[in-house]
Amino acid sequence: MTAPTKVETTEEHIEETGPSNPLGAAVGNWWARVRGGDAGSLPALLGIIALVIVFAALRPNTFTNAFNFANLIHQAAAVIVIAMGLVFVLLLGEIDLSAGYTAGTAAAVMGVVVTRWGWSWPVALIACLITGAVVGLLIGLLVAKLGIPSFVVTLAAFLGLQGVLLQLIGEGGTIAIRDDTLLAINNNDMPVWLGWVLFALIVGGYAAIVLRRGAKRRASGLTYEAIQVTLAKIAALVVLLGLATYWLSIERSRNPTITSLKGVPIVVAVLLVLLVGLTFLLTKTSFGRHVYAVGGNAEAARRAGINVGLVKLACFMIASTLAAVGGIMLASRDNSISPSTGGASTLLYAVGAAVIGGTSLFGGKGRIVDAILGGFVIAIIINGMGLLNQPSSVVYMVTGLVLLVAASVDAISRRRARSTGRV
Amino acid sequence: MTVPEGAAGAATATEDAAPLLSLRGINKSFGAVHVLQDVDFDAYAGQVTALVGDNGAGKSTLIKGIAGSQPFDSGEYVFDGKQVAVTNPKHANELGIEVVYQDLALCDNLDIVENLFLGREVTKNGILDEANMERRAQETLAGLSVRTVKSIRQVVASLSGGQRQTVAIARAVIWNSKLVVLDEPTAALGVAQTEQVLRLVRQLADNGLAVVLISHNLNDVFQVADRISVLYLGRMAAQMKTKDVKSNQVVEVITTGRSDAIGGITNGNGELK
Repeated sequence: MTAPTKVETTEEHIEETGPSNPLGAAVGNWWARVRGGDAGSLPALLGIIALVIVFAALRPNTFTNAFNFANLIHQAAAVIVIAMGLVFVLLLGEIDLSAGYTAGTAAAVMGVVVTRWGWSWPVALIACLITGAVVGLLIGLLVAKLGIPSFVVTLAAFLGLQGVLLQLIGEGGTIAIRDDTLLAINNNDMPVWLGWVLFALIVGGYAAIVLRRGAKRRASGLTYEAIQVTLAKIAALVVLLGLATYWLSIERSRNPTITSLKGVPIVVAVLLVLLVGLTFLLTKTSFGRHVYAVGGNAEAARRAGINVGLVKLACFMIASTLAAVGGIMLASRDNSISPSTGGASTLLYAVGAAVIGGTSLFGGKGRIVDAILGGFVIAIIINGMGLLNQPSSVVYMVTGLVLLVAASVDAISRRRARSTGRV
Repeated sequence: MTVPEGAAGAATATEDAAPLLSLRGINKSFGAVHVLQDVDFDAYAGQVTALVGDNGAGKSTLIKGIAGSQPFDSGEYVFDGKQVAVTNPKHANELGIEVVYQDLALCDNLDIVENLFLGREVTKNGILDEANMERRAQETLAGLSVRTVKSIRQVVASLSGGQRQTVAIARAVIWNSKLVVLDEPTAALGVAQTEQVLRLVRQLADNGLAVVLISHNLNDVFQVADRISVLYLGRMAAQMKTKDVKSNQVVEVITTGRSDAIGGITNGNGELK
C-alpha cells in the first residue's frame, strides 16, 4: 500500500487556477446541471418571460402598465404565501389538500374577532395564526403519529374545514373587514422613499452575504464562486429589482388629484420577509437539513437519529400557519371573508405554483423562491387572460395545461437525473 | 497499489494485545428459536476480523446485538476492558461502535458533506457551520485515502456503488469511533469497486480501528482479514488467524461446523478447546 498522499477531494478549483473566463465557466456548469435534469427555476423563469411577452404583445397598454403590475402582485400574494407553506410539505413527499380552506377558516376567525367582537387587529391576527397552527398540529399528529396518509387526512380536513368556515360565517354570508390596518396589508403601498429603502436593503444585504461567504470560504481554503460570477448576480438583482421598484413608484392612479397611487405594495415587504426567513430556516439550520433528509430517505434520516415524526409535525404546522397568513391576504384583498374564501382553485393554484417553480412532488427537492416564481406564473395567466376578456372556462383550461407542463418537466428532469445520477 | 495479505503487517504488532471487543457466552433467542448459543467473539484494534457463516448462522443477530438494536439475552459484553450493557444503538454509538448496514442509509438528494453529518450537524449560534463540516469531511476522506470522489459537494445520487459505500464508511468513522462493523460492504459491487472498498477496509484497520467484516466472499475475506470467525448454526465454530488456514478449510467449517485440519469448536487463538 502506498503512503497516503495529499488527496484532492474538492472540485478542481476552477476559480483558483484563474481560467480566462470564469463567467463562461459558471454558465457552462449551470447548463450542464440543467441538461443533467436539475432544471431548478429555469422553466418558471422562461414561463414568466414567455407569458409577459405574449400578453404585452396582445394587450400592450393594459398589461404592462404600472397599475396592472401592482395589481398582479396583490393577486399573487395569497397564493404565493400558501405555496411557500406547501413547499415544506412537498419537501417531505407529502401533500396538504386543506391549505386553501385552512386559509379561509383562519381568515374567518380573524374576521369574527375583529369585526363581530370588535377586538383590536393584533389580537385578530394572532388568533388567525393560532388557528392555522392548531389545524397544522392536528394534521401533523394524524400523519406523523398515527401514520394515516397525508392525502387522506388533508382531504378530510379539506371537507371538514369547509364546514367550519360556513359555521363561522353563519347565515349572513360574509364577514366584512373594516379595520384599516388589516385592509392595508394587501391593498396599500409604502411611501415611494420606503420602497427605495427596501430596495437598498435587499440589494445591500444580498451583496454583503454573498461577498462575505465567498471571502470566508476562500480564507478556509474551500472552493468558492468566482468574484465575477458573484458580481454578475448582484448586478442582475440590482437591475431587475431597480426596474420593478421604479415601475411601482410611478403614479398609477387614473385621477391623481383625488387619490394618489404609487409606491411598492406593502405586501411585497411581507413576501420578502417570509422569503428570507423561510429560506434561512431551510438552508442554514439543522431543522431545514432534516426536512430535506426526511424527504430524501426517511429511513436513513431515522437511523441518523433524526426524529422523523417531529420533523413532519413541524412541517405541517408551518404549512398551515403560512396558509393562515395567506388567508389574511385573501381577506385583506377582498375586504371580507365569504364561504368561498380560500376555496375554489386557491389550493390548486398554490400547489401548481410550488410545482411550476421547481419543487418536486416526490419530495426532497424544492426551495421557497419556487413558490414566488410559480405564483407569478399563475397570477400572470389569470391576470392576462382576464385582460383578454377570456371566460373562466378558458382560464381554467390554460392554467391546467401549464400545471401539466410543469409536472411533466418535474417528471422528465427526474428521469434525466436518474440516468445522469443527479437528484 | 495492492491490498496487503490478510495477516500481514499491523496484525503482528498487536499479537498479544487484549481484544477491544470481547463477547463471552452470548445467548439470544427469538421465541423458541435459540439463534445464538454460548457464542464467544473477539475483535481487535488495528485488525480486520471477518465474520463468516452460512445463511441463518446468526451473523446478523450477532451484529445487531453488538450494535444494541437487538440486545443479547445473556452473556458478557466487554468493550475496551470494561464490562458494558449495550441496550440501544445510541449507547453503542457513545461507546464508539458504528455499524454500516448493507442498505447504507444515505439520502440521495443530499451531498456528501450533508450525508456525513446527517443528524449530527455542526452548528455555530444555531446556524449550520458549513465551512467547518466541509473541512472535516475533507480530512476524514483524506485520512481514508479516498481519492476517487470529484467533489464532496456532489449529491450522493451521482456516486457509484463503491463511492456510496465509501461515504457510508466515512460517516461511521468521522466521530472517532473505535469499532466499525461492515455488513456485506462488497455484495453489490463490481471488481474494481470491490477492490476500492477492500482497500478502504484495510485502511480503517491500519488507522487503528477494530473492524468487523461480514462477508460471503472468501476471496475478500482472505484479502483483508487478519482473523476469521465462523458461525455455524448459532454457535461459534472457529476463530482463526487468516495466516493459519486455507480457504477450503474455512469452507468446510462454514458448511459442516468442523474441519479435520482445524478441529472443531476452538477458542480465540485457533486452538482446540
